[in-house]
Order: sequence, then C-alpha cells, then structure tokens
Amino acid sequence: MQWTKKIFHFYLDGFKSMKIGKKLWLIIIIKLFLLFVVIKWLFFPNLLKTEFHSDKERSQYILKHLTQPKE
Amino acid sequence: MEHIDMLVDWSRAQFALTALYHWLFVPLTLGLTFIVAIMETIYVKTGDEWWKKTTKFWMTVLAINFAIGLATGIIMEFEFGTNWSNYSWIVGDIFGAPLAIEGLMAFFMESTFFAVMFFGWDKVSKKMHLLSTWLVAIGSNLSALWILVANGWMQHPMGMRFNPDTARNEMQNFWDVLFNPNAVNKFLHTVSSSYVLASLFVVGVSAWYLLKRREVKFAKRSIIVAASFGLLSSLYMLTTGDQSAYQVAHTQPMKLAAMEGLYKGEDRAGIIAFGILDPDKKPGDGKDPFIVKLEIPGALSFLGYHDLQAFVPGVDDLLYGNDKHHIAAIQQKIDEGKKAVATLKAYKEAKKSGDKERAKAALERFRAHEKYLGYGYLEKPEDAVPNIALTFYSFHTMVGLGTWFLILLILTLYYTMINEIEKKRWILYAALWSIPLAYVAHEMGWIVAEVGRQPWAIQDLLPVGMAASNLASTSVMITFWLFAILFTGLLIAEVKIMTTQIKNGPEEH
Repeated sequence: MQWTKKIFHFYLDGFKSMKIGKKLWLIIIIKLFLLFVVIKWLFFPNLLKTEFHSDKERSQYILKHLTQPKE
Repeated sequence: MEHIDMLVDWSRAQFALTALYHWLFVPLTLGLTFIVAIMETIYVKTGDEWWKKTTKFWMTVLAINFAIGLATGIIMEFEFGTNWSNYSWIVGDIFGAPLAIEGLMAFFMESTFFAVMFFGWDKVSKKMHLLSTWLVAIGSNLSALWILVANGWMQHPMGMRFNPDTARNEMQNFWDVLFNPNAVNKFLHTVSSSYVLASLFVVGVSAWYLLKRREVKFAKRSIIVAASFGLLSSLYMLTTGDQSAYQVAHTQPMKLAAMEGLYKGEDRAGIIAFGILDPDKKPGDGKDPFIVKLEIPGALSFLGYHDLQAFVPGVDDLLYGNDKHHIAAIQQKIDEGKKAVATLKAYKEAKKSGDKERAKAALERFRAHEKYLGYGYLEKPEDAVPNIALTFYSFHTMVGLGTWFLILLILTLYYTMINEIEKKRWILYAALWSIPLAYVAHEMGWIVAEVGRQPWAIQDLLPVGMAASNLASTSVMITFWLFAILFTGLLIAEVKIMTTQIKNGPEEH
C-alpha cells in the first residue's frame, strides 16, 4: 500500500508542478479525442471485421479477390 | 477501372501524407533522447549544475516534440484496417507480432520511464533518474525497430509461407523476419539518420542563441555534445547507407536503377553526382535519360555489389530481360504470376468441390509459381517501373544534404572546440538553416524507400492496387483533407510552442 501511495503522489506532484506540460496534456487529450472518437469512429471502421462475421468468410472474400481480380 | 485507379491513388496519397507528417516528429525524438541522456550522464559524472540545466532544457524540447507527435502514427493503423484491409489480412500474421511488441514496449517502457524522467528530478536518486533517461532513449529506439522490421518485410518478404486456405502469410521463422537483412539495415540507417537530424536541431538552435549573443555557455556546451554525437552518427550513417544500397541492389534492383536513373545496364556503372533527367524519356526508347550529368565511374557497381567492375542492371534490362546476365523479362514474370493466380483459383475450386487429388495437384503447381504471384496482377510490364524522376531526385537530394551535414558538423565542432565559433557567423547561419534541410533529407529518404518499391505493397507478391480496399474514393478524399488539416494544425502548434520555449531559453524552464 505504501508503494501504491508513493507512486500515486509521484504522479500527482509531477502533474501539479508542470508548467508547459499542462498545455501539452491538453493538446494530447484533444488529439486523442479527435483521433479515437471522431476519426476512427466516423471514418475508419475495420472493413473486414464489420462486413464479415468470421475469419472463414474473410478468407473467402480475400481469396475471391486474389483469384478474380477486377478488370 | 478508372474508379479503382482513383481510389488507389487517393489511398496512397492519404497514407503518404500520414507517414510524411508522422515522420516529421519521430526522428527528433529518436535522436534527442540520446542527446539528453549523454548530457545528463555528464551532469551525474561532474556534478556541474550547468549540465543539469542544459539537460532539462533539451528535455523540455523533447517533451514538446513527443507530446505533439504522440499517436500520429496510430492513424496509419486505422488506414490499414479501412483503406488497406486486403493487405492487412494477407500480411496480418507477420505484422501482428512486431506491432504487438512495439505497442507493449512503447506503452510500458517509454510511458513508465518517461514519467520518471520528467517528474523524478529530486525525487529519485541521480543514478535512477539517469537510468530512466537512458531507458527512454533505448525504448523509443526499440519501438522504431519493430515498425521497421514490419516495413523491411514488405520490401523483402521472408520467414513466412502463404496459406492458400486462409489467404494469409503465416510466420514460419520469427528470427528470419527479425533479422531480415533489409530490416536490419533499414533500422540502422533510419536511427543513425535520426541522430544526425536531432544533432543538427540542437546545433541549429544553439547557433541561433550564439547569433543573438545570449546563452553563450549553454549554447557552446550543447554544440559540443550534439556535434560530436552527430558527427559519429553521420560517419556511421555512411556505412549503413552503403549496406542499404547493397541490399537494394540484391533484393530490389528496379529501385536501385530508379535511384540512379539507370536505364541501360552496364559494367562499371557510375553514380550520378549531379544530373537532370530528360522528362520525355521512356523505358526502351533508346534515348539518353539525362539532359546533363556528372558521373563518378564504377561507383554504382561498387556501392551495389562491392565490386568496381560489376554489372548493374538498368530499367530496360529488368523490364525486357537480359540473356547475357540471366535476367528474366517482366513479361515472363507476369506469365508466371498469371499461372500462380490460375492455380490458386483451381485449388480453391477443387477444395470447394471436395476433390482432394485435384486440390493437391493444383497446390503443387501454385507453389511452383507462387513467388511471382504479384506479377499476375500487373496489366503490362511497364507497370513494374516506379516513378523514376521522383525516386532519382529524392535520392540525390538526400545524399547531397547528408554530405553537407557531415561537413557542417565537422566545422561546427572544430570551431567550437577552438572557441572561435562565435566569429564564424556564416557557419552559425548555415547551422540554423540546416534544421529544415535535415527534415527535407529525412522525408526524401522515406520517399526513396517507399516510391522506389512501387508498384509493390509487398515486393513481388502484392501490388498496391490489389492491396487497397474497395471504398468510395470520395470518402478517402474527405479523410485525406481532414488529416491534412489536423496534421497541419499539430505542426503549427509544435513550431509555435517550441519556438516560444526556445525564445524563453534555458533560464525560463
């Protein structure tokens, strides 16, 4: 318990004493929100995971793609 | 067909944009971590508080770069899943292991010790703090290793076997993938050039202080550490560059031919020290590819094969074949590739109908043609040629700038050591303006590596056209511009915060 308390205070004091770090953390949080919540969710679905239910279906789709390339 | 070409072009443009922006942030982190570790080591050894102040300032600059660049690479992983889902499936098992190790390493090693490095001054012992700083440097560089192992595999696939039932490449030997000569050289060349970039950054910023006649002691000390580190890295980079060229000559000869604008192969082939390509030149037309050129005879043969007399194949030899040197024409490879595609199809159909004998026979035939699989998707031999002008000019810009950096680092180190650097204002201006040039050289290197390997997503096995997902090109276009805006915003933030911090100087840290 002493260790976890020490680690907690190590981080807490570190964050409290930051100067430029606060601005950087704000940028990081905004960026992560934009990347993971907006961009990933709206524009970047994992196509094979969303369109097919099993690895077998995914394999079949890719094999079809490899053996019947579109002209 | 037009839709597919447009889609592939936009997908490639989007990936290139993401990679190029991501690559603006990475090299400074890779190199600056070592520079601050060296500075802190001097502080711990000497107990001189000036070195602590110097270390803390550059550590803050590192933190800004790290924070702004953080997670910009994750977008490429989004793109793998959406824009390049076919590719992701086919390479999944090979990419999975290195990327998972990279993720774990980046998270545990860098995050833990990064916190100690920034929050731990006066809270942990000097030695513990120093150890954390070195572990951040080693950890961030090892993260780069895993990414470059994955990239090296794409340039020279080995240690795997294609499973025709799952359509995936499966890892057969992890060590072959890890110690792939292409990956090892790519890693060493990339990190050593990153050290040079970070050194030039520190030297350039310090030069600015000297030009402004402020922070003189701090600036000179920073120059001595960074220029020494940069000079050693620069010399090492020459050897890694030499090894990279050797690898490219043996595994991607078309890329080497494009790098040198070499159309007609020759013995004792030269390196173009300076040249302007004829924009109307086409493969096989017999025209001189250069409007003007200055050549060093035999140097390309030596660089590619470590033999001044060696034959180096040109674009035409690789495209149309060369019987004397036993080089097969691309058309022959296309024919082989089409057989691979046809036998893979036959295998799939035989499996579906439950005919084991026919499936076994088809699989045997597929294995015989498998190494040319990718060629089966090319429409014509000329599709196997990358953009020669872009590859050539990028390569020569990179090499020219690399040579300049070596000279600059020698000069700055020498004049700082004899305490005359302040009088050499032209060197200080040159050092300052070499900061953007270092980034240009780095991006050029990346362009050579990635444009030079076209049309392949995986060398010889999968062209980019087959690797791309079938999406609406407008949606790729929208996300391209979205990323362009986001990344430009981040870059502006980086430059603004960093220049403010630099203007404030080490006293204001």
